[in-house]
Amino acid sequence: MDVEASVREVVGRQGRDATRLLQILIALQDRLDWLPPAAITAVAAELGLPRARVEGVAGFYSLLHGTPAGRYRIRFSDNITDRMQGSEALRKRLCHLLWTECGKTSEDGLVSIGTTSCTGMGDQGPALLVNGRAVTRLDAARIERIAELVRGGVPLDDWPAEFFRVEEGIRRRGPLLGTPFEPGSALRAAIARGRTGWGEEMARSGLRGRGGAGFATATKWQACRDAPGADKVVVCNADEGEPGTFKDRVLLAHEAERVFEGMTLAAWATGARTGFVYLRGEYRFVLDALQAVLARRRAVGLLGMGILGEAGFDFDIEIHLGAGAYVCGEETALLESLEGRRGTPRIRPPFPVTHGYLGRPTVVNNVETLALATWIALEGGAAFAATGTPRSTGTKLLSVSGDCARPGVYEFPFGVTVAEVLEECGALDTLAVQVGGASGVTLAGHEFGRRIAFEDVPSAGAFMVFDGRRDPFEIAHAFVEFFAHESCGFCTPCRIGTTLLKNDLDKLARGVGGKVDLANIEWINRLLRNASHCGLGSSAPNPVEDGLAKFRPAWERRLRSLEFEPAFDLDAALGPARRMTGRSDPGAHLDREESSQ
Amino acid sequence: MSTSGSSAGPRKLRVATTSLAGCFGCHMSFLDIDEYLFDLLDRIEFDRSPLTDLKHCGPCDVGLIEGGVCNAENVHVLREFRKNCKTLVAVGACAINGGLPAQRNHLELGACLQEVYAFRDGLSGSGIPNDPELPLLIDQVHPIHEIVRVDYFLPGCPPSGAAFRAFLTDLIAGRTPRLDYPAIRYD
Repeated sequence: MDVEASVREVVGRQGRDATRLLQILIALQDRLDWLPPAAITAVAAELGLPRARVEGVAGFYSLLHGTPAGRYRIRFSDNITDRMQGSEALRKRLCHLLWTECGKTSEDGLVSIGTTSCTGMGDQGPALLVNGRAVTRLDAARIERIAELVRGGVPLDDWPAEFFRVEEGIRRRGPLLGTPFEPGSALRAAIARGRTGWGEEMARSGLRGRGGAGFATATKWQACRDAPGADKVVVCNADEGEPGTFKDRVLLAHEAERVFEGMTLAAWATGARTGFVYLRGEYRFVLDALQAVLARRRAVGLLGMGILGEAGFDFDIEIHLGAGAYVCGEETALLESLEGRRGTPRIRPPFPVTHGYLGRPTVVNNVETLALATWIALEGGAAFAATGTPRSTGTKLLSVSGDCARPGVYEFPFGVTVAEVLEECGALDTLAVQVGGASGVTLAGHEFGRRIAFEDVPSAGAFMVFDGRRDPFEIAHAFVEFFAHESCGFCTPCRIGTTLLKNDLDKLARGVGGKVDLANIEWINRLLRNASHCGLGSSAPNPVEDGLAKFRPAWERRLRSLEFEPAFDLDAALGPARRMTGRSDPGAHLDREESSQ
Repeated sequence: MSTSGSSAGPRKLRVATTSLAGCFGCHMSFLDIDEYLFDLLDRIEFDRSPLTDLKHCGPCDVGLIEGGVCNAENVHVLREFRKNCKTLVAVGACAINGGLPAQRNHLELGACLQEVYAFRDGLSGSGIPNDPELPLLIDQVHPIHEIVRVDYFLPGCPPSGAAFRAFLTDLIAGRTPRLDYPAIRYD
C-alpha cells in the first residue's frame, strides 16, 4: 500500500492528535512491517510536528523498526528464566532453519529474528513474540513448526491456536483472586459512602502501591483530589516490564472487571473524568478482550456519563499501547509516552498528582493496586488491613518462575516468608531467589526466613528461583545486560555507566578479568547509584552488589589474575600490522617471551 | 643556625614522566607551572622523563603518562612504568580516552597503511616500512587503563599548568587529588 495513503488514514483514525503519536506509529508498523523514512516524514507533516520529534519517538521504542524488518518479526524473550529453559539454543535452531542470523533480516525480507526483554511469560516460557503476538512454551517441535509456517508464508491468523494460548497460571488464590466479583458492586458500595467517605475507607485500609515503591494509595488519591485543576486523570500502569513479573498479565486477562472498576473507584475518589490504561506492547494479546470489557461496562452504565445514575460522576477509559521500553514503567516516563513522546523520566517534584498527564493532576497506580481497591470497597478498609502485616496490609501477588515444580501466580498475605513460598511452589535445592525483578534483591539461602513485605523484602511481584545448577554470576550478568539495553539514554551516568558495567561483566564472563576489575565494578556501582537521573540507573547496580556480597566466590573463580589484565589479546592486536609488514621478529610480538619461558 | 639541607626535609618523591601516543602538549603544559617548578624541585626529583633523558625507569613514587597506546613499544614502556611506579597517573585526553590518535580506530589498520604507503603522492610504491627497529602498530589505539591498572586520571587537552600544580601539590601533601570545577571546565 502507498505509504502516504496509509499515513493519512492512520493519522485520521487517531484524530490527528499529536499526543497519540506512539499509537499512530504502532498502527503504521502493523500495516507496513516497519517505519520507512517516508512514513516518518508524512506523519510529521500530517501532525504538524518537527520530523526529528517523530523520528525520536520512533527510535526510542524497541518494538518499532526504523530499518526494514521481515514480514515475520520474531523476538525471543531474553530473560534469565527463558535462557534457563533453553531459549538460546531454540533461537539458534530457528535461525538455522530459516537461513538467517540473530539480529538480522533475511535477504528475501521474509523474516527477522532477534531478542527482546522479558515478555512476561516466565511461568510458561521460553516465549517469543511474532509481530507482537506472544507464543509460549517453545520447544524443539514448536520451533520446527514455526519455521515451516514462516517458510510457507502462512498468515498468523492461520497458525495453530495453541501456539498463542496463554495459560491462566494462577496457583494460589486469596481474597483477590479467589472471590467472585460482580461488576459494579464495589462502585455501588463506594458511592454509598460518598466521595469523602470512600477516601477515608481507603485510608483505613493502609493500601500501599503494588508497583514496588509502596506509596500510600489513599494519600496519593487525596493529593490528586486536592490539587487545583478540573481535568483530573487516572492512569493504570500496565507496563509490567520488570523481568520475571507477570501477575498483572493474569489480572488483566482474568480480573479485568476488577481493574477497570478500581480505576473508576479512583475516579470517584479524585473526581477524575479521564482514564488511561498504559498496556505494555508485549501484552497486546489481551487488548481485544479488554476493549470488550470496556464496551460491556459502558453498556451497563459503569463507564461514561452519570455512572450508576450518579449525576456528575463521569468517567471513561482508553487503552494506550506501549512498544517495548522498560523505563516506561516509571510513572513519569509513562506519562511522557502517553503524551506521544520518548519515555524519558521527568524530574520530580512536581509529582504527577499535581502535574501529570498534559500537566493535569494525575493518579498513576499499578494494576494490582487498582484491583485491590474493589476488595476494600466491598469488605471495608478494616477488613483489608486485618490481612498481611501492620505496615504492609492485604495480599501480594507473586509471579513465581525459574527452578520450581509449579511456576505461576500466587496470592499470599504480606509477611509470607521466602521459605514458605519456595515450599509451596515446589522448589528444591534453592541457591538464590531474585525478589522484585532485575532491580530487586538477590537473596541467598541464609535469608530465606525473611518476609515479603515493604518493611523487610519489598517486591513488585517477581520471584525468580535459581537452584544449585545455576551460576550466580550469570544471573547478575543477565540483569546487567538488561539494564544496559533498557537505559533510556537521557542521562550520562546511566547511559555510559550501565554499559561500562556490562563491559566489565562481559570481560569476567570471557575469563580474562583481574581482581582490579572487581574494584572498578564497585566504583561504577557507586557512580550509577548516586548520579543517575531516575531509578533505572540507581537500581542497576543491585544485582551486582548483591552478587558480590553474597556469591563472591562465583565471581572470583572467573578471574584470570589478581592484578589487572587487558580485556583483549594484545598479541592478536598486532596481527594485522604483522601481516601488512610481513614481520615475525620478536619485536613484532607481545607477551610471547613470558609464555615461552 | 639550624641544620638545613635536604637530609632534614622529607624524602623527595621520585617522579617519572613519558609521552606514548601523545603530542608532548601535556608535557609542555606541565612546564607552564613556570617558577613553581623550583618549589616543586624541593619536593620531587625526576627519574625517567624527557626532562632528564634517562632511558629507563627505576623505582618511583609517581609516574605521569601522556598519550594512549598505539604500538608495541608503548606497551613495553607503559608496563615498565606500572612495574616501577607506586602511583600511576593518566594525564590528558589521549591517555584517558585515546584522544586524537584513536580517530583511526574506526578504520581498518591495513587500509590506513595502504592509504599512506601505497596511494599517497611521492610515497606510492615505497612499501609499508617493515624495519624491526620500528614499533609495530596495534590494530586499535587504546587508553592506558585498558592495558594496565591506573590510579588517577588528570583530564584536559592538555590539563592546564594550574591543574598540574594543584594535582601534584595534593599528591605531595598526601591528599587524594581533587580538581575544582573550574580546573576541569573546558568551554
